[in-house]
Amino acid sequence: MTQALLNVQNITRRFGGLVAVDNVSFDVFPGEVLTIIGPNGAGKSTLFNVISRIYPESGGQLFFEGVDLGQIPPHQIANLGIARTFQNIELFEHATVLQNLLIGHHSLSRTTLLSNLLFLKSTRQEEIASRTRIEEVIDFLGLQKYRDSYVSGLPYGIRKVVELGRALSMNPKLLLLDEPSSGLNPEETEDMAFWIKDLVNDLGITVLMVEHDMSLVSRVSSRVVAMNQGQVIAIGTSAEVQSHPEVIKAYIGAEDEYANG
Amino acid sequence: MRFIFKTSYAQDIHIVKHRGQSFWYSLLLLSLALCPLVVSEFWMAQINIILIYSLVGFGTMTLLGFTGQLSFGHAAFFGLGAFVQAFFTNVGWPFFAALALSILINVILGALIALPALRVKGIFLGVATLALGLIVEEVFVKWESFTNGTSGLAVKPAQILGVIFNTQISFFYLVLSIVVVATLLTINLLRSSTGRAFIAIRDSEISAQSMGIHVGRYKIIAFMLSAGFTGVGGAMYAHYLRFISPENFNLFLSLDFVLMVIIGGLASIHGIFFGAIFIIMMPPLIANLKDLLPVFMANVAGLQNVIYGVILICFVLFEPMGLYGRWVKVRTYFQIFPFYRDGMFKRQKSFQKSDRLK
Repeated sequence: MTQALLNVQNITRRFGGLVAVDNVSFDVFPGEVLTIIGPNGAGKSTLFNVISRIYPESGGQLFFEGVDLGQIPPHQIANLGIARTFQNIELFEHATVLQNLLIGHHSLSRTTLLSNLLFLKSTRQEEIASRTRIEEVIDFLGLQKYRDSYVSGLPYGIRKVVELGRALSMNPKLLLLDEPSSGLNPEETEDMAFWIKDLVNDLGITVLMVEHDMSLVSRVSSRVVAMNQGQVIAIGTSAEVQSHPEVIKAYIGAEDEYANG
Repeated sequence: MRFIFKTSYAQDIHIVKHRGQSFWYSLLLLSLALCPLVVSEFWMAQINIILIYSLVGFGTMTLLGFTGQLSFGHAAFFGLGAFVQAFFTNVGWPFFAALALSILINVILGALIALPALRVKGIFLGVATLALGLIVEEVFVKWESFTNGTSGLAVKPAQILGVIFNTQISFFYLVLSIVVVATLLTINLLRSSTGRAFIAIRDSEISAQSMGIHVGRYKIIAFMLSAGFTGVGGAMYAHYLRFISPENFNLFLSLDFVLMVIIGGLASIHGIFFGAIFIIMMPPLIANLKDLLPVFMANVAGLQNVIYGVILICFVLFEPMGLYGRWVKVRTYFQIFPFYRDGMFKRQKSFQKSDRLK
């Protein structure tokens, strides 16, 4: 078997007495789409925030290409090649789409403050080079029309795409997508599914995502992790997980629960 | 209406966006350069103080408008710049050496203030920096060997290579050239990665961090740059007034600096100048207004502050983008006449309301 890209080992996250993520372990292999599903409050987003180091973990370890993420300051996660999107879109509202994508490119910037202030040759070259790179992302997602529009004026569906674009501008190896289809209409969800497939197949990016839309999940995922109450209850292909008794119980409840409760 | 057809990335990062812009800005610069020929001494003095305030505006705009960090302590940086410049030119240092020193000291103070400020946000940062303003003002009063205490300090006129800038007109050219340099530096900043990191921190810190931006580091840089610009403003203020004392740099000045960028229009370089013009021209306007008011109202103390307050509230409620926002609307109205409609700028308004001081 190939070496895992991301290795999640016994991750636990507590908020006071509440155990949001409880001893979760799984591996993400290069080139796959791994989806985390689970009912509301299962701890999916918390796990995501632990992986992208927005929350520190209460226990356990994370390894990305063998590097212990616990030893890395949060802002350097991007340099390692981990990009993410947010459930409730966290774009830079009062900036243009191009600026948003360029900010995504920030971790690859090598110019100094002085060079920026004086706009020296190095800064000029970097600006042009990053625009060349960003243009590929704009082309890939078909955002040409919105290149110079302010994000605050864009409709929700487009913002979602811009956020994906911003993550792609980071040249990631692992892309964390937090509910990529939430708030999208069926056609937009369709597009999202194509883009996820394309970026895995054509750009060679590995995807770890949280998703509720089961049709999207079964179309794009290589494997599915089901979570409930902070714990992993099933790992396997989409069909396996969907027919797993624990998963069915978590989503629609078991008959004997009423008898006991 | 103008459509810009971009054919190269160089065009994307060019300082001026199109021919029209370069024409109007050259015209503005030319008319400014020629204005001493027609403008009276009194109005030259007003223009000079507007330019000095706009230097400070670059400082507060960098911090509040671009990075989203509120400071009520900028009078401290302004005063420090002024006293350092005054003290060292008085002991015989050349103009630029003293200026460099006052920038340096301000940048260091800015970095020191930023370290504790990293832990607080929004209005709490405002309170923390308010304390800075009060402390530094007190230090100016007590440190008599440096500031000459409450009796004040006379300052020599600026002198560069034997040229003495002791008239309003000669001083105007000096301060104008410094303002042009500050404008260019700020524009450069905004079209490069540092400026974009500032904007990212303003709009969403959590997202900025996920993009690999070291939030703490860039906040410190923003404070340093802001303090530096404000220090330059202070240094020019010392040469402008030629007599400074600690009460020149009180809390109300800090409030003026914040008001200036909010009224001018946050996150725009135009807003700096609009705000500076507003802040400087308002008191004489209100003084003129007094003659029109009934006697019992005109002589009440604090009338000016009340009018200020009302104007500020109106701006926050009805034009959160400030004077610059209004200017853009008027310009758009004429550009696309007769197709302008009311809701065109609606969304920006709602953004400014909820996200400004997060």
